[in-house]
Amino acid sequence: MTTQNPPDNRKILVCCGTGCQASGSMDVFLAFQNQLHPEPGVTVETYAKATGCNGWCEQGPLVKILPDDITYCRVQAKHVAEIIDKTIKQGELVKKLLYRDPVTKKQVRSHHEINFYKKQHKVALRHIGEIDPASLDDYLAYDGYKALGQAFAMSPADIIDEIERSGLRGRGGAGFPTGRKWRSCAVQEASEKYLVCNGDEGDPGAFMDRSIMEGDPHTVIEGMIIGSMAIGAHKGFIYVRDEYGLAVQNLGRAIQDARANGYLGEDIMGKGWAFDIEIVRGGGAFVCGEETALMNSIEGNAGEPRDKYVYPTEKGLWGKPTIINNVETWANIPVIILAGAEKFASIGSKNSKGTKVFSLVGKVVNTGLVEVPMGTTLREIIFDIGGGILKGKAFKAVQTGGPSGGCIPAELLDLEIDFDSLTEAGSMMGSGGLIVMDEHTCMVEVARYYLHFLAGESCGKCVPCREGIDRMLEILTRICEGHGKMEDLDLLEDLSETLKAASSCALGKTATNPVLSTLRYFRPEYISHIHEKRCAAGVCRSLTTFDIIPEICTGCGLCEKNCPVQAIRGEKKEPHTISQELCIRCGDCFNRCNFGAIKVV
Amino acid sequence: MPGITVQLPEELERIIRAYPSDKRYILAMMQDLQKQCNYLPREALEEIARHVEIPFSKVYALATFYKAFSLVPRGKYHIKVCDGTACHIKSSAVLIDQIFNAIAIRPGETSPDGMFSLETVNCIGACAIAPVMVINEKVYSKVSSAGILDVINGIRGDINDNAKSS
Repeated sequence: MTTQNPPDNRKILVCCGTGCQASGSMDVFLAFQNQLHPEPGVTVETYAKATGCNGWCEQGPLVKILPDDITYCRVQAKHVAEIIDKTIKQGELVKKLLYRDPVTKKQVRSHHEINFYKKQHKVALRHIGEIDPASLDDYLAYDGYKALGQAFAMSPADIIDEIERSGLRGRGGAGFPTGRKWRSCAVQEASEKYLVCNGDEGDPGAFMDRSIMEGDPHTVIEGMIIGSMAIGAHKGFIYVRDEYGLAVQNLGRAIQDARANGYLGEDIMGKGWAFDIEIVRGGGAFVCGEETALMNSIEGNAGEPRDKYVYPTEKGLWGKPTIINNVETWANIPVIILAGAEKFASIGSKNSKGTKVFSLVGKVVNTGLVEVPMGTTLREIIFDIGGGILKGKAFKAVQTGGPSGGCIPAELLDLEIDFDSLTEAGSMMGSGGLIVMDEHTCMVEVARYYLHFLAGESCGKCVPCREGIDRMLEILTRICEGHGKMEDLDLLEDLSETLKAASSCALGKTATNPVLSTLRYFRPEYISHIHEKRCAAGVCRSLTTFDIIPEICTGCGLCEKNCPVQAIRGEKKEPHTISQELCIRCGDCFNRCNFGAIKVV
Repeated sequence: MPGITVQLPEELERIIRAYPSDKRYILAMMQDLQKQCNYLPREALEEIARHVEIPFSKVYALATFYKAFSLVPRGKYHIKVCDGTACHIKSSAVLIDQIFNAIAIRPGETSPDGMFSLETVNCIGACAIAPVMVINEKVYSKVSSAGILDVINGIRGDINDNAKSS
């Protein structure tokens, strides 16, 4: 494989991130490899390479052809021969594989013409989908390790100054200024210091760190080396969830390659600086994303949080000064050093600089990873980039910040999102999950879902979190089952106050956000569950009955075909009916119907 | 338990001894063991305690703290249904019910014939193709409640074919 790309050479990039692999992209990649043996009459030299996640997983497997700038969607192995025959040999488009813009109904040739990409601003994700994560040469061809070379010409204080002036804040959730964190660690006198990359992305609904670790592992390594010089550490750890198999594999390979080529080890780039990185695979505990719990886990203890009267920058891993930054934060470091703090700080809002990667998922047309400047409005992200709500339904809320965050209603769609505005709205940035909910999402059930998640993830060390979350879950479950009382709402608020004030770590302190934010913005939904015993969204099964509106039903048979319990019957082209005895209230028909013929009674 | 020692298969001992005698490698040992055996056998945990020279209770505490580990054998086909937020609002709970209807197991259980086991996981990071289910490393995307039955019936077909051919 070569990184040189003369104009008559073509590159075929096959996305092989987790999402595209699930849709069969490895078969596509192998088909290209097998079928691209030199043939007589073919002069173009082409190679296919596996790239990291483009984030546009919904349309996967994705195949890009450069320099023609053609993007094909939902490619299967059977299409490969046609792509080679038409596009590679004759320069023609395979039209059926082009993306059709859902709004203009036009087919587009390149992903660059699609709103989903056009409105994004790639900084942390700059290489993802462009380079082969398994190739150090590829990374070098895209200015890889250039920032490191530049950092060697700077003093540790200069590096910290640069990061501080850039205004970079930690992308893991709380938004602590990265430069300040580094400075407070750099001033410590200690025989040893450590540096950690937090890749324990535990928020359900978020996958930006996975994508960076899988798709551009050298960026994380380069950022960490620069950090090690700034604070004076010679040993770093990357803590990754073991479930992220591909991320572990690609990071491991990148570390080996970096070592073999003098970017890690005793004498980095011949400058006499020693630093090395070890991967620690996490055990699937959400609380380990909390930095002191994570340090306990690295040390080989149960991942329970520590008391925080001393900061990790003073006493962290094995009692030594330690800095922990999130994957996306590390990925920003080389950019700041290379382009300069001013350039970085010119992007973003007043107090939150740079860009943020969000995983835009849920009931939105275009799902995937989205990187936008801080201060972009929710409306721009969900409607301009995301293409609006699926099946033209009404937007109800967007959940941000994972289980520690909250639900933001339609009234706040024009909120310019950054660390501070989200906190004011009763939610938080978190690691950047954006889960879009439509009119058929029950907000009470969403709150119950998060509390259920947190009840399972509370480490049990402190009483308010361990007992409080369980009691709140009981209350929410009984409201969802139709046994709630109005006093329950006061009780939920009361318990929330206790958890916020008395929990030992952020897991318990923020566990109340999903409840309080839904109570604040969607109180009428709680009341209708309690008073009318009704779940208007059709989610809470004890409170829901589905029925078919005969005037609207076209008798297309789609619901009948997909009903898992054969509860729907009817003649073709005649209105169908649901047997209430057989119906399990799964809502499949309701979500599937293209005509809105199924109603919640 | 003095006097009662179960001989640990050599390959498991090798997995454990591949790491230095330091408690910070216990998590990695357990992960490798689980990949090998599908669960953590008690004898293997006892061997870890001996190798790292810490009480068995501490090893047990770690094995039960982390969600990824199972202390009971899992089925030949281990089904993970993602119940992350994106999958949840796309009706992953219905998938769990469907699996119960088809195989009569709930999350955390293994079918009596040892063929299937089920667990829910909190997010595998494939939210854009929700709801997602993983059976022995193979990821199934946008699973519908009818589609899940096809997958299970397909696996049952494979099991029967294998039984016939062997």
